Amino acid sequence: MRRETPQRLADYGPLFFPAMMLVVFFVVPFATMIAVSFFQRQQGGFYVPAFELSNYQRFISLFFANVLGFSLMLAIAVAICCVVLAIPFTYLLTRMARKVQIIWLVALLSVLSLSEVIIGFAWSTLFSRTAGITNLLVMAGLMSEAKALLPSFGAVLTGMVYQAFPYTVLVLYPALVRLDPTLTEAARTLGASPIKAFFTVVVPALRNTITATLIMVFIFALGSYLLPQLLGRPQHWTLSVLITDQAIYQSNMPFAAAMAVFLVLVTLGLVALTVMAGRKGEAA
Amino acid sequence: MSGLALNNVTKEFGTFTAVNNVDLTVPHGTFVCMLGPSGCGKTTLLRMIAGLDLPTGGAIRLDGDDITRVPTHKRNLGMVFQSLALFPHLTVGENIAYPLRIRSAPKEDQKKRVDELLSMIHLAGYADRPVSKLSGGQRQRVAIARALSISPKLFLLDEPLSALDAKLREAMQVELRQLQQKLGITTIVVTHDQREAMTMADTVVVMNRGEIRQAASPIEIYRRPADTFVADFIGSTNLLEAETDSAGRVTVLGQPVAGISLGPNISKATLSVRPEDVHLTAPGDGALSGTVTFVRDLGGTIETFVDVAGRQIIAVSTPRARPDVSVGQPVGVVLLPDVCVVLAK
Repeated sequence: MRRETPQRLADYGPLFFPAMMLVVFFVVPFATMIAVSFFQRQQGGFYVPAFELSNYQRFISLFFANVLGFSLMLAIAVAICCVVLAIPFTYLLTRMARKVQIIWLVALLSVLSLSEVIIGFAWSTLFSRTAGITNLLVMAGLMSEAKALLPSFGAVLTGMVYQAFPYTVLVLYPALVRLDPTLTEAARTLGASPIKAFFTVVVPALRNTITATLIMVFIFALGSYLLPQLLGRPQHWTLSVLITDQAIYQSNMPFAAAMAVFLVLVTLGLVALTVMAGRKGEAA
Repeated sequence: MSGLALNNVTKEFGTFTAVNNVDLTVPHGTFVCMLGPSGCGKTTLLRMIAGLDLPTGGAIRLDGDDITRVPTHKRNLGMVFQSLALFPHLTVGENIAYPLRIRSAPKEDQKKRVDELLSMIHLAGYADRPVSKLSGGQRQRVAIARALSISPKLFLLDEPLSALDAKLREAMQVELRQLQQKLGITTIVVTHDQREAMTMADTVVVMNRGEIRQAASPIEIYRRPADTFVADFIGSTNLLEAETDSAGRVTVLGQPVAGISLGPNISKATLSVRPEDVHLTAPGDGALSGTVTFVRDLGGTIETFVDVAGRQIIAVSTPRARPDVSVGQPVGVVLLPDVCVVLAK
C-alpha cells in the first residue's frame, strides 16, 4: 500500500498525542538527566546548575571501567542463558496442545508479577545453607553436607535469568508460533534428525528474532540493581547498583546522572554494533 | 520385491479411523496418484509412507525391508509439501544442497549436483538467489529439485501443484511426468484433481473414507469404474437405475432397453454411462424416450440435458455431431451396451 506524504500541518495530527507522550515521559526526563550530569554537586545535599566535566572525569578510572565491564559481561551472560534456554522451551511449547500452552503462559506471566525483591529473597532462601536446595541433595545422598550457594556469581546469574526468562519466552513465542511446522517436517524427510532439523532450520530461520531477543534481554538485565546486591558479593555489583548508591545513599545526583548517561551511550553503541553485524550477515 | 508395499495399513486418531486396512503394491519406477475428496485419508497415508505419522496397524515395506518404524530421516526419501516448505534463510542452491549437506557430502559434489539439478529444472544460474525472489512456478521446481537431490528411493508429493494457477499447473503436470519417466523413480502423488491424476499416473488409487475404492490405470478407472463412487468422482457420468423384471427383460428408469444384461441373478443395479457415450435420436424403439430441457453450447462441446422419467441425463457431443434438437422437443436416448458399466447396488 502506498501512502501519500503529509501535505499540510494538520496531516500530522494523529502523531501529536504519541509525540507529546514521548516528549513528556522520555525526552524531558532524559534531557534533565543529561543536564544534571554537568551540574555541580553541593557538599551535604543538593546540586546547582553549572557546566563542568568533573563528574565524567571521576568516572574515568580503572575501578569504574571494571564495574562497567562486569555489568556488560553479566548482562550478556544473562541474555545468552535466557535465549539458549528459552528457544527449545518455546519451540516445544508451541507444539503442545492449546490448553497446555495457555497454562504455561499464565504460569510465566505470574512470574512477571513478582517484584525483584521477592525474587531476590526467594532465591537467597533457596541458596542458603539452612533452608536451601542443598539440603535436598543431602537427603538424596548426593552431597555430604548442606552448604550456602550464595553470595556468588552463579546465584546472581540464576536470579537474573529467572527474572528475565518469562520476557524471553513471550518475545520468542509469536515468532515460533508463526514458523511453518512443515519446515521441520521437510528437513526430516530430507535426511535431518529432529535435533539436526532444529539447528539447521528452526534456529537459522529465526535469526533476526533471536538477535532482537538477545538485545532486549541484555538491556533488561543491564538495569537490574537489586539482585546483584541480594545474591552477590560487592565485586558482583553492577553499574546500576553504583548509580543507585550514588543517587540515593550518597545524594550525588550529578555523578549518578553522568554514570547513567555513560551506560546508555555504551548500550546504544553495543546494540548498534549487533544490528550492523546482523545486516552484514544477511548481505553475505 | 522391489518397490513399495503397504499391508493392512491402518491409522486411527482416537475413535476416528483415517486410513482403514489399506493394501497397495507400487512396483519400482511407477507413478501412482492417490485421488480422493478432502478428508479421505490420502494425505495421512502419504505421511505414513514418509514416516511423519506412524500407522496404528499394518506394515510398510520398501524393497522388501520393513520400514514401518524407521524414522523419517533414515528412509532416504524426497518429499514435496503442499506449502513447498522451502527454507527461507537459504538460497536456491543451498536449499537444493540441503540433503547433501546433512549427509556431509563433499563441497565439490554438492556444487556439481546443484548445477545438474538446476539445469534439469531449467533454472541454471539461479543458485545464489534467495527463494523469496522466485515466482510460484520456480519455487515449485526448486522444491522438486531439492527432493530429488539425493536420488531418493521414493519421491512423495503432497498436493504439489495446488498453489499454481490453472495454466501453469497443466504445464507442470506434463513436466513432472516427463521428469519421472526420465529418472525412473518410484513416485507417489496425492491430489484431489482428477485431471492431474489422469495426466501423470501409471496407477490411479481412488480413496474414500479411509479406504481404497479402486486402484487401476487411468483409462481403466475411467472406462471400468468399480463402484458408483469411483464412477461419479472420476469425470462426470450419468448414474441410472436398472432392473430386471419377472420376464427377464432389463428396464432402465422403467423403460425397456435391449442388449443390456445386469448379470446372473441380479435384479437391481446402477448403470454408469459417460455423457459422451449417450446418443440422441428420434424417439422410437429401443431408445429411452425423454424431453430436452436445456442445451448448453460451450463452443467446443455441446451438452444436452434430457429429462427421462423425472431423471436428468446429460449427453455431450462435439459441434460436428451436433444433435438437431431444441428445448421442449421429445428425443430418444440410446444406451449402447458396450459403453454402459453395470455397478452393483
